[in-house]
Amino acid sequence: MASGLTFRQAPHLTQYDQMVDGNPGLPKADMTPDEKISESTTDESGSAAAKTPSSSENGASKSPAPKARKKRKATKTSSKSSGKGSAAKRTTKKSAPADEASKKATASPAPAEKGTDSAEEQALSSWDRYQLASHKDRPRTSDYLKAVFTEFMEISGDRGFRDDPAVICGMARIDARPVVVIGQEMGKEARERHLRNYGMMHPEGYRKAMRVMNLASRFKMPVVIMIDTKGAYPGTGAEERGQAEAIARNIRDMYKLKVPVVVTVIGAGASGGALGIGLGDRVLMMENSWYNVISPEGCAAILWNDPAMAPRAAEALRLTAEEVFKLGVIDEIVSEPNGGAHLDSEATFESFREAINRNLKELDKLSTQQLLLARAEKYRKMGVFRTQSSDQQT
Amino acid sequence: MAARDEFMGWFKRPTPQYINITVPTEEKADRIPKDLWHRCRGCGAITLRKDFIEQMSVCPNCQRHERMRGWDRIRSLVDENSFEEMSSDLVADDPLEFEDKRKYTDYIEASRRKTGLNDSLIMGRGEMSGIPVSMAVMDFAFMGGSMGSVLGEKVTRAMELAIEENIPCITITSTGGARMQEGILSLMQMAKTSILCAMMEEKGVPFISLLTDPSTAGVMASFASLGDLIIAEPGAYIGFAGRRVIEQTIKQPLPPNFQTSEFQREHGFVDMVVPRHKMRSTIIKSIRMMQGREPWLEADDDHLIVEPVPVKA
Ligand SMILES: [Zn+2]
Repeated sequence: MASGLTFRQAPHLTQYDQMVDGNPGLPKADMTPDEKISESTTDESGSAAAKTPSSSENGASKSPAPKARKKRKATKTSSKSSGKGSAAKRTTKKSAPADEASKKATASPAPAEKGTDSAEEQALSSWDRYQLASHKDRPRTSDYLKAVFTEFMEISGDRGFRDDPAVICGMARIDARPVVVIGQEMGKEARERHLRNYGMMHPEGYRKAMRVMNLASRFKMPVVIMIDTKGAYPGTGAEERGQAEAIARNIRDMYKLKVPVVVTVIGAGASGGALGIGLGDRVLMMENSWYNVISPEGCAAILWNDPAMAPRAAEALRLTAEEVFKLGVIDEIVSEPNGGAHLDSEATFESFREAINRNLKELDKLSTQQLLLARAEKYRKMGVFRTQSSDQQT
Repeated sequence: MAARDEFMGWFKRPTPQYINITVPTEEKADRIPKDLWHRCRGCGAITLRKDFIEQMSVCPNCQRHERMRGWDRIRSLVDENSFEEMSSDLVADDPLEFEDKRKYTDYIEASRRKTGLNDSLIMGRGEMSGIPVSMAVMDFAFMGGSMGSVLGEKVTRAMELAIEENIPCITITSTGGARMQEGILSLMQMAKTSILCAMMEEKGVPFISLLTDPSTAGVMASFASLGDLIIAEPGAYIGFAGRRVIEQTIKQPLPPNFQTSEFQREHGFVDMVVPRHKMRSTIIKSIRMMQGREPWLEADDDHLIVEPVPVKA
């Protein structure tokens, strides 16, 4: 592995291949979440993972955004003052969901239930969540398409080169309303994964997605996007056909769409491969999804020269929904059942449907001009830096 | 050659600070005194460093275009003394409290000391043949020219300046991509800058993206690929995924010319490959045409028709 110090996407492929082949050498990929939780954390509440989630859970998914937003500042300052040690960091981070959950508990009709959830939730490390996002039974784009949307009709091809099966595009209805849906599909079985290229898109995939989004814009259909990829495909053909150009153009042109765009990271969200269909008026993350500039494996290979440092990189990158939310990059976290979406996919779909509908309804109130202005302002603010003068003061 | 002579004229003027900082770090192993001599990494030819810099860091023997520092680049393009730096006070913060083998904050401090820059990009307003232009120029010496929040903000400001004053925008990339130490925030800089490209397009502001060695990953997958004109220097490494990543994926070695400027031009993603000594005149001629101005008095009349190369069927 020493020769691959600067690779980025290759580790994912290896991991997938090994997952598919059932290679025992790779840790945890095929474990049930219960095993994962009890093994990787010392928190006793991890054993509560298999508990069936109550129906009250769906109702609670409405509120995390504003609540978490309220406590955002407080958490930030506390984490700043908590010293630099990683142990200290971990403690601070864990206190956050507990805080949030306790707030949830007071608002929720079933406080006791919620309390238990929170204890269990805080036991999940970044790495746990990262692995949950790749769980073989986790709902993928086609599952959401079947469960949440009706009348889905797939639209193929970029009208330039070919159809890219790593991304599914089409028209559908959500609660009778026509929308355009776009989602990366990782696939489930070995053969499907292979055919779908593990959800890693080629340039023609980005071009297909943009073509269908432009169709949505012309016919006033909102766009619902599901992100689930470990990156854009790093292959020869992809380079020859302009992977960088395709992603860049999508980001630019998605800004110009005259209809609301709601993006949800449903599993993995890595790098430009995700952002290439990821610019939206609202960006949501499923509770156990992750979103970052690089995968932990890729980051570990580059910065630590050691792919085995991936769990540490996962921690350092701040890739969980909660951490990305705190950085002001996403608008809302969509709750999942205890232990992960795969344990109760119906509840997951219901949370998702509710969140999409609510966000679309809110965005309906804006004129096209207001929509584009808000979109520009949303991204204009992204980033954290300081000025040298303030530097000298401190 | 007229353009080149013109350069040489003002390159000979004393610019002490600039000579100091033009020491490629890759040469640590070399026995030859670093300050005095330059040894070409392509052909091994040894040139007096002072001469090498006067040749705009192009090897006189094999024409290899060595990386240029940000300020060298600016001086090689703008009218003399016309460049006014802006937003130089922006400094990277550490919102993730990122730490790998070293702390991100330490890494930034070390890079600031090493390069004399506050981050990996210099932005400001300059003039080219008397025409005001907005410029954003990367310096690979600062953390590999990586794109974090500061770089994204400065590129955005350069583009906003171009829109506000209705002047051309020129970005010059030399980067390994997004800055991992800023995690998701560095990814968002791709969105932030690409949106400004849409706005420039809407306002009819000429946008020239100059790609130099290397131009890859997150920067290529955002504003650098969105220029009205995309110009590359010869032999630069340009692409999305890194060479080794691709080799690991396809499990075979890539041909040596894969992801070069010439490769990208042949595949339709670079408009022109222009040698360094023609860069200033090419950009000036372009922006004067795009803005409907009179011809530049010093313009050469080289017709640029590219020799066709065999195409893969
Ligand atoms: Zn040479």
